[in-house]
Amino acid sequence: MSTTTATPAPATEMDRWPEKHYWNATKGLKSWLFTVDHKRIGMMYLISILTAFFLGGVFAILVRTELLTPGETIVGAKTYNQLFTLHGAVMVFLFLVPSIPAAIGNFVLPMQLGAKDVAFPKLNLLSLWVYWLGSAFAIYSLFAGAVDTGWTFYTPYSLQTDTAVVSMVFAAFILGFSSILTGLNFIVSIHKLRAPGMTWFRMPLLLWALYATSVIQLLATPVLAITLLLIAAERIFGVGIFDPALGGDPVLYQHFFWFYSHPAVYIMVVPAFGVISELVATFTRRPIFGYRFVALSSLAIAFIGFFVWGHHMFVAGQSEYAGMVFSFLSFFIAIPTAVKIFNWTATLFKGSNWLASPMIYAIIFLVQFTIGGLTGLFLGALSTDVHFHDTYFVVAHFHYVMMGGTVFAFIGGLHYWWPKMTGRMYNEKLAKVAALILAVGFNMTFFTQFILGTRGMPRRYYNYLPEYGFLHGFSSIGSYILAAGFVLIAFYLVQSLISGAKAGANPWGASTLEWKTPSPPPTENFPDTPHVQTGPYVYAEEGLDASRRAA
Amino acid sequence: MPTNDSILFPPQASTYAADVDALYYFIHYVAIFFWVLIVATIFYFLWRYRRGHKEGVGPTHSLPLELTWSIIPLILVIAMFFWGFRGFMVLSRAPGDAEEIHVTAKKWLWNFEYPNGQQAIGELHVEVNKPYKLIMTSEDVIHSFYVPSFRNKMDVLPGRITTFWFEATMTGEHQVFCTEYCGDGHSDMLAKVVVHTPEDYQRWLEESQVEDTTTPLPELGERIFAGKGVCHTCHSTDGSTKVGPTFKGLFGRQEQLADGSTVTVDEEYIRESILQPGAKVVQGFAPTMPTYQGQLTDREVAGLIEYIKTLQ
Repeated sequence: MSTTTATPAPATEMDRWPEKHYWNATKGLKSWLFTVDHKRIGMMYLISILTAFFLGGVFAILVRTELLTPGETIVGAKTYNQLFTLHGAVMVFLFLVPSIPAAIGNFVLPMQLGAKDVAFPKLNLLSLWVYWLGSAFAIYSLFAGAVDTGWTFYTPYSLQTDTAVVSMVFAAFILGFSSILTGLNFIVSIHKLRAPGMTWFRMPLLLWALYATSVIQLLATPVLAITLLLIAAERIFGVGIFDPALGGDPVLYQHFFWFYSHPAVYIMVVPAFGVISELVATFTRRPIFGYRFVALSSLAIAFIGFFVWGHHMFVAGQSEYAGMVFSFLSFFIAIPTAVKIFNWTATLFKGSNWLASPMIYAIIFLVQFTIGGLTGLFLGALSTDVHFHDTYFVVAHFHYVMMGGTVFAFIGGLHYWWPKMTGRMYNEKLAKVAALILAVGFNMTFFTQFILGTRGMPRRYYNYLPEYGFLHGFSSIGSYILAAGFVLIAFYLVQSLISGAKAGANPWGASTLEWKTPSPPPTENFPDTPHVQTGPYVYAEEGLDASRRAA
Repeated sequence: MPTNDSILFPPQASTYAADVDALYYFIHYVAIFFWVLIVATIFYFLWRYRRGHKEGVGPTHSLPLELTWSIIPLILVIAMFFWGFRGFMVLSRAPGDAEEIHVTAKKWLWNFEYPNGQQAIGELHVEVNKPYKLIMTSEDVIHSFYVPSFRNKMDVLPGRITTFWFEATMTGEHQVFCTEYCGDGHSDMLAKVVVHTPEDYQRWLEESQVEDTTTPLPELGERIFAGKGVCHTCHSTDGSTKVGPTFKGLFGRQEQLADGSTVTVDEEYIRESILQPGAKVVQGFAPTMPTYQGQLTDREVAGLIEYIKTLQ
């Protein structure tokens, strides 16, 4: 990999605040609702998923508050069960799945490709509308007797409960189509819209990650759709698929569900890997070490991710030998993941390491996600998983991956591309403080839960034995600190919109194409089509010699 | 109570618990080693190569390094896999001479049936150092039988049989949790495995087969309420509403039934509600209560009635 891309215009002119940009190109609500500009769609997605994140966060705080004491603290058992279900369903289907691809990806992907837009701009808008329709169903289900099944909708419980399973299932069904449309659009865009000269191995690593993610979205999501339809058919028409009382098999449901939902874990985390690669490259001023390994490991994870779903079911009654195969394959996921962590670490070697706020989020990601990954080993191994399955150990593990990993990468990415999206900087000091508050709150909340888990505390418990009281209380206090960190972020980001300093085209001195156009960018991104002659991460301006570029 | 607690784990109270914990600690130390290695390297590089250093640039790739940090972890995880699989086969396969006990799970209680036909709710009495095989099924949704101090767990499914075997190595009471979410009473769907020495087990067997005729009825009822009957999972005694109506002030109360009629709670209504819970369901409550037909003696039912009378 190596150097310089043709710069479309001289830096000085590009750093000026553009008169016309995508925010003010056209006016009025209608111009947004019917826009086909990927940047506007990305911003609307961003606002939507942040709203979902807020909603899911409120549910989480209510859950943690209820758990301050055993028995009733603020709500009854049924309400508690609805709260943790809604927390999970909203966070997974409305926030995590679309978070990085649909919000950041929609905004950044065409620009990193050097393209004017995604391949199918109208399909892109449709994906957003479908997302809103799905969200409307999800919100309707809150008022129609909020579901209490857990986000996993396990049968036969989900066939028997009197809560609004059908409307929430339809919400997830519809949201799946939004995900499929985005995935399809990204795959075609990456194949067809790369700037002249941008070969596959000259693509920024975020694009590799989004490509791998899109493949999973396209192949796995339909299985979820079918499964959810079968649940609805069983509830509405009494067709016996999963309910043993009707001759069905509840474990079949688990196979179907995890056939989507395990790959879906990678839909949620692989884009985060892409963001981290961008952040690490920019703030070390270095190409990512082992670029090809990092790029291809995303595809390897996506591929192997399809064959490990059974590790959610080691004690579900499947055969021991099925458990053996799924355990064995699960361990293989550890290797490409470890390869990524090692390569990011190696990129810091002799880098020009700059601890700007997005990089602080990336470092916290590395520290926390590594814990998330390593604790997966206990769950991949059969005999230890039997003890940990459905305890707080699992809760802690996936929050380290999903929150300590994906959410921190997402927030880091948001800080990184914020100047490009809005044209403005935020208060850098507050951003660093917020990152540390989040890290302290996060680890207090969730590290505690590993110990709850090893000690045997089951998940989805409204009530608990007094011996778990201290750890639960400590975890809940951590969650309040975490919430305070998010409030601080909301504060300075809003402040930045009102009075933030103007960012200029490339405040971080980054090397990928999205920084080679004014901030905020014009409607079709680039004044002239960029031409690419080198790899994505080239930092000649740091005074590095030419030999390095040829690497 | 068992006392060999560690910070991370409940006591090891079964034959296979030590092997599970040993694998845990193996992975634990491997994980800590790599985590410390990675984090220390990251922070060292961040500091050593902070912006403005004059050390030149490093390489951008290295095949030997990529192979090293792929192959070493690969070997380690394959070792973890084999160890875990070997342990899992021990957990899964009951020895042939294990004594069989039938377990029925339903919202939200555990019922244990011994070979001699004796049944118990919420308490499984066994002998130490003797293998048992639980033959489990569910009457409604999926539950999961989990004994943390045994390090074993198995889902309990409707319309299917799963098994769980153990040989307890430590006398005393061991907590049982339901670990598959099953609704409002999920976190109260608890039980105990009570492990006896052979002598105590014999004594328990004899005592449990003699009907209790000496305890005063209200006291017997209170014991059934919190113990064998696990009534407390769904009914409160302090006026708060759980899954079912509260017992406080229940006796003599006018209840509106689901079919619109009303009933005054008297001895016969309570008896009927215990033995045929679906017959007269109070309005606003789901008909989820299981029957206690054949589970409680007439004297025990009378005890519950007298106990409820005391809760005014």
